[in-house]
Amino acid sequence: MADNRAVVRLKEKFASSIIEIIEFRGEVTVTVHKQDILNVLSFLKQSLQYNMLTDVTAIDYLGKKDERFMMVYQLYSIPNKDKLRIKAPVSESECHIQSATQVWETANWLEREVYDLFGITFENHPDLRRILMTPEWEGYPLRKDYPLQGPDREPYKGRLS
Amino acid sequence: MATTEKMILNMGPQHPSTHGVLRLVLELDGEVITKITPDIGFLHRGVEKLSEHRTYHQVLPLTDRLDYLAPMSNNLGYILAVEKLLDIEVPERAKVIRIILAELTRLKSHLVWLACHALDIGAMTVFIYAFRERETIMETYELISGARMTSNFFRAGGLSMDVPPEFEKKVRDFISSMPGYLDQYEGLLTTNPIWLKRTIGNGVISAEDAIDIGITGPALRGSGVDLDLRRDNPYSGYDEYQFQVPVGEKCDTFDRYKVRLVEMREACKIINQALDRLKPGPVLADSPQVCYPPKENVYNSIEGLIHHFKIASEGYPVPAGEVYQGVEAPKGELGFYIVSDGSSKPYRMRIRPPSFVNLQAIEKMAKGSMIADLVAVIGTLDIVLGEIDR
Amino acid sequence: MGVENPLGDNIITTSLDALVNWSRKSSIWPMTFGLACCAIEMMATGASHNDLDRFGIIFRASPRQSDCIIIAGTVTKKMLPVIKTVYEQMPEPKWVIAMGACACSGGVFDTYSVVQGIDEALPVDVYIPGCPPRPEALLYGIMKLQDKIMKDKNSFGNSIGLGTRIESAAA
Repeated sequence: MADNRAVVRLKEKFASSIIEIIEFRGEVTVTVHKQDILNVLSFLKQSLQYNMLTDVTAIDYLGKKDERFMMVYQLYSIPNKDKLRIKAPVSESECHIQSATQVWETANWLEREVYDLFGITFENHPDLRRILMTPEWEGYPLRKDYPLQGPDREPYKGRLS
Repeated sequence: MATTEKMILNMGPQHPSTHGVLRLVLELDGEVITKITPDIGFLHRGVEKLSEHRTYHQVLPLTDRLDYLAPMSNNLGYILAVEKLLDIEVPERAKVIRIILAELTRLKSHLVWLACHALDIGAMTVFIYAFRERETIMETYELISGARMTSNFFRAGGLSMDVPPEFEKKVRDFISSMPGYLDQYEGLLTTNPIWLKRTIGNGVISAEDAIDIGITGPALRGSGVDLDLRRDNPYSGYDEYQFQVPVGEKCDTFDRYKVRLVEMREACKIINQALDRLKPGPVLADSPQVCYPPKENVYNSIEGLIHHFKIASEGYPVPAGEVYQGVEAPKGELGFYIVSDGSSKPYRMRIRPPSFVNLQAIEKMAKGSMIADLVAVIGTLDIVLGEIDR
Repeated sequence: MGVENPLGDNIITTSLDALVNWSRKSSIWPMTFGLACCAIEMMATGASHNDLDRFGIIFRASPRQSDCIIIAGTVTKKMLPVIKTVYEQMPEPKWVIAMGACACSGGVFDTYSVVQGIDEALPVDVYIPGCPPRPEALLYGIMKLQDKIMKDKNSFGNSIGLGTRIESAAA
C-alpha cells in the first residue's frame, strides 16, 4: 500500500484532507473530506493519469456511521492500467457534494442516478433531474429506510424469506 | 422568406428500433436532429435494492436478468466479486469452463447485436442467419444448465455441476463452423453499398470524448483506444490465453462493426485454446463453508443434508470489506461493487452497467445527423435496457 | 345489461361466426412490444428456428395494425401508463398474452418499482409461465389463444354492428 503511486502523491499534496487509507484484497481506497473531493479528483486526473471515471455511486450507512452517506468514485488509469477508489462521507443534514461533471462528463448520468436513488444533491450539476424513477416519485428508493416493496404495499407473505 | 420552427418528436418507449424501452425526445430542424434527451428507467426493477435483501447465493439469478443477452458474463462478474471477498481459489477446470462459457456468451451477445443492427438498417437476411447460430449457443446453454437464457450456472467457488461429456464436441463443432458463418455475414454486409453508406462516417466520436464520457468495450476500441480488461487487468485466468484486441481508426459505426466482428473471431480462438486445456478434475473448490456438498452426500447422509440445508437457508457469511470487480462483458466494462458487513447478505451491491454509461454518448454521436442515422447509432452502441435501468 | 346476441344461435350465424373466428385466429398480428428478457425469446420464436410466420403471425410495429399484444417482460410503474395507452390504441377485437413470470405476477422482482402482474391493468387472455418461457411455450400459448378465439360467439354479428362479441374462457 505504501508504494502505491497515488497514495504517495496524495499524502504529499492532500495530507490534511485524507481521513483514512485502506487496502483490502489488493484494492486501495482513499477516504477524503467532501469539501476537497473536486480538488483530489482533478489532481488525480491531471497529474496521475487517472483519466477514466469508471463509476460513481453512494452507500447508505443508516445508524452505522455518524455521517450517513458515503460517496464512492472508482477511477481507472488507461495508460497505467490501475484502479483507485476515492470515497467521501456526506452527512444527512448537509446532503450535498460538489459535482464531478467538471472533471469528467461521465459523472453526469451517474450523479443523476445517485440523486434519484439516494437524494444526495450535487452542486453545479448541469442537469440534476431524476433519471430512473418518474419525476413525481416520492422518496429515495436505495436509502435503507425505504421499504423494499415501496411504502404503499405490504410484502407478499407466502414465501420463505 | 420561409420560416422554420423546431419540432419535438417522441421516439419510444414503444418503437421497433430502440432495442427495448428506451425513450428519446428529439428536437428536430427539418429532419436534422438538434437535441436528444434520452429518458430511461422504464425497466427499472430495483435489482440493487432487492439484492440487499437476498443472500449472496440468491443474488446470482438476479444477475442473469441484467444484461439478458449475455447472462454468463454477468454471472462471472458477480461471482468473481464474491470470490474476491471470500478469498477462495477456483479449480482449474472450473476456470477453463468459465472462459469457454464467457466467450460463447460474447458470441451470443454480438450475434444479437449484429442481427438487430442489420435489421434496423434494413438487412433482414442477417437477422435470420444470426439467430440460427444463436440457437446453437442456446442449445449448449440448455445442455449444461437446463435453461436457454437465464442459465445461473456459476457458483462461488466454481460451477454448479460439471458439464456433460457431449459438451466438448458440441462446442468444438460449433466453433469450427463459426468462422464460415462470420464470412457469410461479412459477405452480406462488408461490401454491401447500402450498409457502407449507412455506417461509414456515421456516429463519429473521438477517442478523447469517448474516454471523457466513460465509454468502454467495443465502442471505445472502435474509437482507437486499446483497452481490454481481459488483457489489461486479467481475471479468471485470461492472462494464459493468446488473443488480439482489435482497434478501430475512424471512430465511426463501420469501425465499431469491424471491431465486433474481429472480436467474434478472437472469441472462437480463445474457446479453441480453452477446449485444449480442458482436463478432468473437480469443478467446485474444497471449501465447505461456501460450497454445496456433492449431491450423493445430500441424498445419502444426514450430515450432507444438514450442510446443504444450512447453506441454502442461511447462506454463507462473507468477510466484511468492499471490492470492485470489473469484467470485459460484450458491451463494455461490467463492474460489481459489493460492500459486505460480514453477514450473509450484501450490505450494498452496485452494478456498474456498461450500456448505461455508453448511452450517454448518444447525443454527441448523433447530434446534427438525420433521424435515420440515429437508428444506426442506437444499433452500434449495442445497448440493453435491462442493464441500463437495472 | 346482459350480452346481446340479436342474431341468435342457428346454423347460418354459427357458421358465419366460425368463418370470422377462423380468419381471425389464422392471422393474429401481435405488436412488437418487447419489454425485457422475454422479448428476446419472443424474437427467437419469430426468427428462423421456430418461425412464427407459419401461424400467420406477423409482428407489427404499430398498435393500429395489431390485434394482439404480447406483454413480454417486466412491467414497471413507469411503463404501465405507456402500455395502457398502446392497448387503448389497438382496434377491437384485441387479445392480451402475458408472457413470463414478470408479466403474470411480477416474478422475482417483488420491489417498489415493479407492477405485480399486468392483469392489474389489462384483461389477460393467456398466461405463459417461465422465466423466460421457451419458444415452444410461447407457441403453445398462442395456440391456446387460437382455441379461445375459435370459441367466440356472435363474432359475425358484432362485426356488422349487431350485438356484442361473446368471449369464452381459454380451455
